[in-house]
Amino acid sequence: MENDVVIRSEGLGKRYMIGHQSASEPYVALRDVVVHKMHRLGRTAVDLVRGRPIVAGDELEEFWALKDVSFDIKRGEVTGVIGPNGAGKSTLLKILSRITEPSEGRVTINGRVASLLEVGTGFHPELTGRENIFLNGAILGMTKKEIKGRFDEIVAFAEIEKFLDTPVKRYSSGMYVRLAFAVAAHLEPEILIVDEVLAVGDAQFQKKCLGKMQDVSQQGRTVLIVSHNMAMIRSLCSRTIVLSAGSVASDGDVDDGIQQYLCDRDATATGILLEGRKDRQGNGRLRFTDVYVIGKSGVKNVLYMGEAAQIVVRFSAAEIVKTCDVSIHLENIWSDTILRLATRETTTPFYNLTGEGSITCTIPKLQLLPARYYVLIAASIPPAYEYLDYVSHAAVFEVLEDDVYGSGKIPEYGAFFTECEWRTGS
Amino acid sequence: MAGLTVAITKKDQAHRTPERVLVLEAGRAERHYWRDLWSYRELFAILAWRDIAIRYKQTVIGIAWALVRPLLTMLIFTVIFGRLAHLPSDGAVPYPVMVFAGMLPWMLFSTVLSEASNSLVSNANLISKVYFPRLIVPCASSVVALVEFAITFILLVLMMLWFGVLPDFRIVFLPLFIALAVLASLGPALYITALNVKYRDFRFIIPFIVQFGMYVSPVGFSSAVIPEKWRLLYRLNPVVGVIDGFRWCLLRGQSELYMPGLYLNLVVIAALLWLGMSYFRKTERTFADLI
Repeated sequence: MENDVVIRSEGLGKRYMIGHQSASEPYVALRDVVVHKMHRLGRTAVDLVRGRPIVAGDELEEFWALKDVSFDIKRGEVTGVIGPNGAGKSTLLKILSRITEPSEGRVTINGRVASLLEVGTGFHPELTGRENIFLNGAILGMTKKEIKGRFDEIVAFAEIEKFLDTPVKRYSSGMYVRLAFAVAAHLEPEILIVDEVLAVGDAQFQKKCLGKMQDVSQQGRTVLIVSHNMAMIRSLCSRTIVLSAGSVASDGDVDDGIQQYLCDRDATATGILLEGRKDRQGNGRLRFTDVYVIGKSGVKNVLYMGEAAQIVVRFSAAEIVKTCDVSIHLENIWSDTILRLATRETTTPFYNLTGEGSITCTIPKLQLLPARYYVLIAASIPPAYEYLDYVSHAAVFEVLEDDVYGSGKIPEYGAFFTECEWRTGS
Repeated sequence: MAGLTVAITKKDQAHRTPERVLVLEAGRAERHYWRDLWSYRELFAILAWRDIAIRYKQTVIGIAWALVRPLLTMLIFTVIFGRLAHLPSDGAVPYPVMVFAGMLPWMLFSTVLSEASNSLVSNANLISKVYFPRLIVPCASSVVALVEFAITFILLVLMMLWFGVLPDFRIVFLPLFIALAVLASLGPALYITALNVKYRDFRFIIPFIVQFGMYVSPVGFSSAVIPEKWRLLYRLNPVVGVIDGFRWCLLRGQSELYMPGLYLNLVVIAALLWLGMSYFRKTERTFADLI
């Protein structure tokens, strides 16, 4: 193994056996139920004798949570592992932290690993804060000497000085989480593996944790983070591995990875292509076949704050549509319209649309705050505005954080941002 | 690069990392199992301490519970076996003292068995979230039993003073039999705790074994009561040798130590321990998936 590769994964796979209830008719008659139960009992008895785990359900299926995962991680790299739920992120971390064994392939790890898959692992409610610091520290792999050396720092970080000798079952949930994170934050391994643990506590404490994580990543330690928080991944990581359905979908640049992940997620979330959508209104003389929002990067439906954006609408019309007004609503996740762009207010209608074609609406600077937005699209015939086609949630796009004010801070409140100047007067 | 490597190696030594390069593969046996176990001794100590610290939290009489249970059982056994059934004691030893000297190792055995057997399942949150050699958990939980044993032992000393039964030189062998009691229990306990991860049925079997075992083992009576022809067969129960050994050490040899029986006991204990250990080691890599 080369000197600077600290984690090497080769063809890693993890298989689980899962049980299903068979799809056949439900058991109604008592006789059927009894026969069925006896059958199950027989099978579990066989499992027991052969030493196999008992799986619920009547049909067994192999399920590969990870399949053929290979990557190298170099010393000092901060890598984000992202992917939709069920992509195998947590399984990967569990294998790397030795909790579970791979079913195939191998991992070679070069250095002392500490993993943080949960905040406050092993905390005991009956023990005091002080006792739990030692217990949790030891569980996370710190020696007693190390814990003693950092004890004051941990207590100060958690801000629980007054309650150090109170059993943690009397703590508020905020205090509990702060203490748990404080212990974890003071781990100093060569390789740190973290699973979505920063999503705890109040916003202020989260920022403190993020700061601490940033310190860690700047100390040249190798870190592997799983998170759904793209802003965090973007600010901490130098590389991302995108997992999708148990295998590596992309590996490399952070922004590319994030975009890949968001595209994957929306493909699975929306599921149906716009063309096949049935939940639409209108007389159908014109149909939208595709809608997407595109920014500088050229990746569909992912933009950074303040980027120039194009909303591209593809349509098909069997016969000529003489006049057509198009309106595009951008909605937030609560379906409030944030912005409506309509040809009838901004320009003239389109004339004589026919066959396949596209309509593009260009916005020089889309000043939305980072969030997820939905596109509602409608085409209608003036002056009565009879709908040709009308689809809500036709597309979904994500606006990602960017330091638009150059202040290092991301605007949090409201829906929009805009340039502004401040001055005082008498 | 060379400088960096040296620095990290030094740091590693400070942390006593047993192996610099770790390879994780399907079915790979842990090559440094015992060394790995040793490097986690601090965790062992702290888990044992935790189990002791929380055992009597939020109870009124606290650690006194460790005394009440054996004391009451001893009284009942003395009345039933000694007074009602008129079973003989060993030599001139008062019946309560004989019962209590047998009760101690039995309590040690059964507490280790029940604590260790449930230990993995009751620490499921640890097993599924952090790595450490799993053997630590059942072993640490048996420390509780040893602490309780020490407390009950004080009671036995008081009782022996009260009845004027003083031990002789044989007491120096007592630590051996204490160790034997723990080992006798740890073998089956490791087997059962590993099975318990997969099949929770064993959680219900343990209380039964403990209850049944107390009457099958010579706790309330002397093993001399057993007819001659069954003597050796009776020693297949590993606790018999331990209880006899305790009485022999404490009661000036007035309880006879049947040597062939003891050897058989040692063989049974070693076999159970080997069986428990090997099953535990074989299955411990899958604990996190099954628990």
